[in-house]
Amino acid sequence: MSIFIDESSKVVVQGIGSQGTFHAKRNQDYGTKVVAGIHPKKGGSRWEELDLPVYASVKEAVEAEGANTSMVMVPAPFTKDAILEAYEAGIETIVTITEGVPVHDMTEVYDAVVRRGGVRLIGPNCPGVISPGKSNVGIIPADITGAGNVGLVSRSGTLTYQIMHELAQAGIGISTCVGIGGDPVIGTQFQEVIQAFADDPDTHAIAFVGEIGGSEEQLAGEWIRDNIPDTPVVGYIAGFEAPPGKQMGHAGAIVKEGGPGGESAAEKKEILEGYGISVALNPSEAAQLMIERLS
Amino acid sequence: MDLVEFQGKQLFGRNGVPVPPEGSVCRTVDQIVAAAEQHLGDGHGAVVVKAQVKTGGRGKAGGVKLASSVDEAREHAESILGLDIKGHTVNIVYVEPASDIAEEYYLSVMHDRVDKGHLVICSREGGVDIEEVNRTNPDAVVKRKLTPHETVDGLATDTAREIVAEANLPEEVRDATADLLVKLFAAYKAEDATLAEINPLIRRPDDSVIALDSKVSLDASAAFRHDGYTEWQIEGLEANSPLEAEAQAKGIQYVKLDGQVGVLGNGAGLVMATLDVVAQSGGQAANFLDVGGGASADAMAQSLDLVLKDPDVKSVFINIFGGITRGEEVAGGIIEATKRLGDFPQKLVVRLDGTNADEGRRMLEEADLPSVIPAATMQEAAAKAVELAGQA
Repeated sequence: MSIFIDESSKVVVQGIGSQGTFHAKRNQDYGTKVVAGIHPKKGGSRWEELDLPVYASVKEAVEAEGANTSMVMVPAPFTKDAILEAYEAGIETIVTITEGVPVHDMTEVYDAVVRRGGVRLIGPNCPGVISPGKSNVGIIPADITGAGNVGLVSRSGTLTYQIMHELAQAGIGISTCVGIGGDPVIGTQFQEVIQAFADDPDTHAIAFVGEIGGSEEQLAGEWIRDNIPDTPVVGYIAGFEAPPGKQMGHAGAIVKEGGPGGESAAEKKEILEGYGISVALNPSEAAQLMIERLS
Repeated sequence: MDLVEFQGKQLFGRNGVPVPPEGSVCRTVDQIVAAAEQHLGDGHGAVVVKAQVKTGGRGKAGGVKLASSVDEAREHAESILGLDIKGHTVNIVYVEPASDIAEEYYLSVMHDRVDKGHLVICSREGGVDIEEVNRTNPDAVVKRKLTPHETVDGLATDTAREIVAEANLPEEVRDATADLLVKLFAAYKAEDATLAEINPLIRRPDDSVIALDSKVSLDASAAFRHDGYTEWQIEGLEANSPLEAEAQAKGIQYVKLDGQVGVLGNGAGLVMATLDVVAQSGGQAANFLDVGGGASADAMAQSLDLVLKDPDVKSVFINIFGGITRGEEVAGGIIEATKRLGDFPQKLVVRLDGTNADEGRRMLEEADLPSVIPAATMQEAAAKAVELAGQA
């Protein structure tokens, strides 16, 4: 098994410009069931690169193709409306890759979509989700990993690939890898992904990659301690050397000066270790810890 | 992006939040003296000379002073201009007519990351560190969480009244403060702020309330719908290095740090991890730089150029994980970039991993660039870069 996406995921792509098409094609080549592209002005035309139909709205694609998953790659100014459209059309899993969505837009989306329930929103500003051998929705390079029993959840992109790659070299595969995104407001939190992994019989261990800023890692850690204390869980928090008050690339990766506390990598590590979770000092060590735990 | 006080007050003012009479933005002692002369001549009993820097604790650092004469204003001008406040040099001073203060309160609206909504904070105890008040006397601090659907049409006046009443503000100022809060909330939404703080909010002897100070942070991701925030970009406020300003202009994610190892990688998380590994190898990174997912020759050349411009940089650690961008493309980018940049004294320790990394490493070896030292792992590369930085 896997979480969030698998062979039954029928994917529409919102945002079929050059980037959207490039990644959608890769996903299709991997075996992902991409069923249609969405473009408000090109409904009825053909998406040549993928040899698929284009619909003017998500609703039409849901009705005609049975789509249940959307990959959102529209530019940031249009992302809020794209997510709302997918939600209204009854899409079950919305994976939003777009970076740079305004905080107030995402706060509204969270309220209007996630809080109402019945939908899984991943991202924005994330690399997507891959269930190796089954489905890849997003921009994760599929060929660096294979199917296995480690669930991986991360706020980062390339850093996740790094860990996935190191695990793969040790012969360890992934059940699902979920990039939850590096923004302050994201649809799915660490804890929810970890809960989903806990319910997945094929996920035997969990690796997570956190970052400075916010407190989502701690909430997940508390849940792990209370619910799955026997599952091997290994983590890494990027940004031990990040100075306070500086945004480190990702919009959410900032230790606020005079903020709530608990946002630095060192503080997060200490708190998580208090919950019995192994936290590495760098990504290679995290991969090594996981390899040791599983051998 | 953070605004300084006078900018925050401009933003408040245009959204109907009452502020003190407009002051003058000054950069020289002469300008400060002239502004003081003008405001005192207009019948104001005193002026406040206030350092404009993007950090707190200005008062304690001697950056805010009251002057009731032109001579006094000159004295303050001389002491405040050029003052260092927590690493921020004072280049701009705001001279504002002094306000009569009967009482001081605290009021703010901020984005609530934890609960994904808005948070209004109000306290009868203002003009002091609100976190401190929250620790010592939490009952004096009212926090109200609001969801977007509760505030689709703005903050309701009734809700604003409840908040100020709960904070136990005096009866005489409740209506005015509630009205101000409604406008502050509207400003926060309309301007895409993540923080709009007034500390202190003052009660004047006539029971009117105004924002005596401002702290405003705007969401950088929303710049596209605010004309790029160009109106707030003024010279003299860059507390940070000129390299950060240059990077910002070029759209490069760059943060200046204190060490000697220049760092360049693809992906924010990987770059943060690179800083960590450099520190664990006994060194310190000179910067954070995310060259982006693609790591093309153009992006690489531009980024490398920026890193090498920093005189503190003694060696460079290029850390690339080839994902969709394959190892040979990345290697090609590095080779091309080093050719374009010509001669430079620093060595580049290059660690390439991921898709087709072997091919990329082979290309780098064949190119036999004198400045490039290949490394197999992050740890090995970090150790090498730190060692080179120490020798330089």
